[in-house]
Amino acid sequence: MKRSNLTRKELAQTINEKMGFSQRSAGEMVDAVFDALKKTLLQGEAIKIVQFGTFTVRKKSSRVGRNPRTGETMEISKRHMVSFRPSKVVRENLNKE
Amino acid sequence: MNKSELIEALAEEMHVPLRDASSAVTTILDAMGDALANGESIEIRGFGSFVVKEYDSYFGRNPKTGEKIKVKPKKLPFFKVGKELKERVNESAD
Repeated sequence: MKRSNLTRKELAQTINEKMGFSQRSAGEMVDAVFDALKKTLLQGEAIKIVQFGTFTVRKKSSRVGRNPRTGETMEISKRHMVSFRPSKVVRENLNKE
Repeated sequence: MNKSELIEALAEEMHVPLRDASSAVTTILDAMGDALANGESIEIRGFGSFVVKEYDSYFGRNPKTGEKIKVKPKKLPFFKVGKELKERVNESAD
């Protein structure tokens, strides 16, 4: 089975077909959705989409780590990262069969 | 942010009625949910990518009782945040 990859292009196409927006404005809609999501994450705010999943910005405190190649000890500074937890529906659908 | 706030943000940004913004957001999220449910990957430049990983079955333990149980093979989607967004989220830290 060929593994397909969903991108901005396919999303814009779906909007174009389902809603009758021109290819161009459909593309702009898709961009605007992801821009809004990005802006939210950049403010450190979580995104909770019930049927899809939850994005959270997690604060990791600094810790001592090692460079796995050289074995050298170094401090990993505190940082913020985005994590995603898929919704129960998505997890269940994925494992159905 | 939840789905209705996302719809409002889109309507405002694109100057479209809430009804259109709502069906656009639903269309996008449904397409993404379906893709993951089918084990497909998603790649949105500037945002990030979703890849489904497959796990073999393994023996685990019920952490509460210590009982040994067989965990069935499963698939789980993973999100990898795009490089630029990752860096910007981190800079906005402090």
